[in-house]
Amino acid sequence: MSVRPNARPGGQKPPFWRDRAKRALIFQLLLVAAVAAFLLYIVGNTQANLEARGITTGFGFLSNTAGFGIVQTLVDYSSQSSYARTFLVGLLNTLLVGGLGVLAATIIGFTVGIARLSPNWLLARLANGYIEIFRNIPLLLQIFFWYFAVLRTLPSARDSLAFGEAVFLNVRGLYLPEPLFESGFGIIPATFLVAIIASIVLVVWNKRRQDATGKRLPAGWISLLLIFGLPLLALVATGVPVTWDMPALSGFNFRGGITIIPEFLALWLALSIYTASFIAEIVRSGIQAISHGQTEAAQALSLPRKLVLRLVIIPQALRVIIPPLTSQYLNLIKNSSLATAIGYPDLVSVFAGTTLNQTGQAIEVIAMTMAVYLTISLVVSMFMNWFNARVALVER
Amino acid sequence: MIHNQDMIPQQPAPRSTIGPLAWMRANLFSGPINSVFTLLGLYVLYLLLVPTIQWAFINADWIGTSRDDCSGEGACWVFVNARFTQFIYGLYPREELWRGNIVFAGFAILIAWLAIPRLPYKRWVAIFALTAFPVIAYVLLHGGYFDLPRVPTHRWGGLMLTLILAVVGMVGALPIGIVLALGRRSNMPIVKSFCVVFIEFWRGVPLITVLFMASVMLPLFLPSELSVDRLIRALIGITLFQSAYMAEVIRGGLQAIPKGQEEAAAALGMTYWKRTALIVMPQTLKMMIPGIVNTFISLFKDTTLVMIIGLFDLLGIVQAALSDSRWLGFSLEGYVFAAFMFWIFCFSMSRYSQYLERKLHTGHKR
Repeated sequence: MSVRPNARPGGQKPPFWRDRAKRALIFQLLLVAAVAAFLLYIVGNTQANLEARGITTGFGFLSNTAGFGIVQTLVDYSSQSSYARTFLVGLLNTLLVGGLGVLAATIIGFTVGIARLSPNWLLARLANGYIEIFRNIPLLLQIFFWYFAVLRTLPSARDSLAFGEAVFLNVRGLYLPEPLFESGFGIIPATFLVAIIASIVLVVWNKRRQDATGKRLPAGWISLLLIFGLPLLALVATGVPVTWDMPALSGFNFRGGITIIPEFLALWLALSIYTASFIAEIVRSGIQAISHGQTEAAQALSLPRKLVLRLVIIPQALRVIIPPLTSQYLNLIKNSSLATAIGYPDLVSVFAGTTLNQTGQAIEVIAMTMAVYLTISLVVSMFMNWFNARVALVER
Repeated sequence: MIHNQDMIPQQPAPRSTIGPLAWMRANLFSGPINSVFTLLGLYVLYLLLVPTIQWAFINADWIGTSRDDCSGEGACWVFVNARFTQFIYGLYPREELWRGNIVFAGFAILIAWLAIPRLPYKRWVAIFALTAFPVIAYVLLHGGYFDLPRVPTHRWGGLMLTLILAVVGMVGALPIGIVLALGRRSNMPIVKSFCVVFIEFWRGVPLITVLFMASVMLPLFLPSELSVDRLIRALIGITLFQSAYMAEVIRGGLQAIPKGQEEAAAALGMTYWKRTALIVMPQTLKMMIPGIVNTFISLFKDTTLVMIIGLFDLLGIVQAALSDSRWLGFSLEGYVFAAFMFWIFCFSMSRYSQYLERKLHTGHKR
């Protein structure tokens, strides 16, 4: 004799609102209906509003001529280019400041985070001061500070600050010499690539050999020598096929060389310094999360201090550090959208700002902008999840 | 066998291990590398502090009414002094400032009451702060009732607006965040996926695009006869954005509670809502106060972005004051003042959250 799960004395079925499965189904159907009704309401209103304002929907506007210039472009762009091209230019500028910001924030953050744990009292206090000051001041304020209070008060082009007649800093930006590659330069990146591949092979071979025989070479130093030595050797052997295009003052401005606009400098500085203060805290708490017994056990095995750090502490600390570090990287990329406040031509500034104002295609423009950030978020978190799974603790 | 009957008298610790010199040797000059770091650190400190103190205090001008009262050698705090009321209240009418003051005072009393552990009736004060106080504050600030003259929201500004944005965003986000966090842990697939998509969407986009969306797209979404105030639009955007972050904080708290708690409650025959409201949530929210304070700090800093859509919060009003032709060239003073205000708020909140973390963690520490 089988018993029905919902059987009651007397054999009646319970009313449907007491049946958990049915109740869940009804609740979810109601939710779907409510969301659908809400969306229909919004779509209906939007259509009516767009008709009233005479705006046509669709992505056709992307092929229209933009008609405005952009100060910093990584690809060919002129005011005759299309809005699609504007989108690309903005996206690349966002990625440029985001990528360089992540790099600088990581370097500063790890340095400060490790200094925070230094046995040197003064160094630890200084690092703590850095963290407490910069993470408690809004990023936008820091961007304004660097842009309006520092970079915009620099001298004009005629009285630029010069660093060795090659690098100039003035109110219009930072001027660097630009390397011009002559024919035959291609061999140098090639040797660089070869050196990297050779180092990877060396490290893998060294690890296998150590696992098998217990002997190991100082693979790290050899790789470093290979990666920097080989291209340098190639450079000297080919007779240095590089000339430098020096910036020089002509008239009221500098010509030649690479120009880094002050908007980029301000945004990059503020983003790196601000995010670094959070990364430093993450690094500190990650290292402190490793129990002291780990260090003691490693020392009991008579590992030297360097190896204790490299083989025991850092791999375990990275496991704690990486998830919050990822969200800081994503924050940095999202925060780069503050560029619009000082006019650095990032995606939000040129696309959700200028393009939206010129075309009035609010829905399409905002949707495309948000889609870009969502995609970056998803890709970075997918990569970091993969990396995290690789370093994760193997538990029983 | 040599046997000594005399006790050796107690000796003071060796001179090399006590006193400031020994401390310096241990903590500042324990090795050649550390000594170099210490000297470098001292040099950096000297380079940073001496000009800053000279600029901000020794050579600074404090009293006066116009830029002629500033010597120009140091900071011109006269500028901040002259604009102080504006920085705090925005363009709020001068004769109505008492209304802002009452709200500020009420807010401060409520926060102090909730933060000081010894004071009683925490629950009732919290309920009052979350329900009745916002209504009272709105009636007082906006006016139009009880013979109070109306002050339209575009005249609100300064620190007052910053606090309003942060507090309303937070109070609005808390219930939405709780619902989203519960939904994300639900067994119902549609509810769960809906919550996941909602949370990940808002967490994946920058606040500035959310504010753009709120200011540009919200009017398109609503019937044309319904016009929404600019401040309300910003608040809707901030609340939705914040609720996603809040949901993740609360989800973290929900995960930290042993499953046995909910199972025990279920074994006692409690329904889902009873289990959640009486067993799970009280434990979660208590544990999550540090996390909630931390998201509040980031929201507090993020409210500065509303100046991009044309609201004058503390940073916005400072930025506007800097372009006044009578006070050109005092951007450093303006930014230092704004930074100081933000820093005071954020630093004290982060200290409070650290204190709470220590207080709440005592049970787990070995």
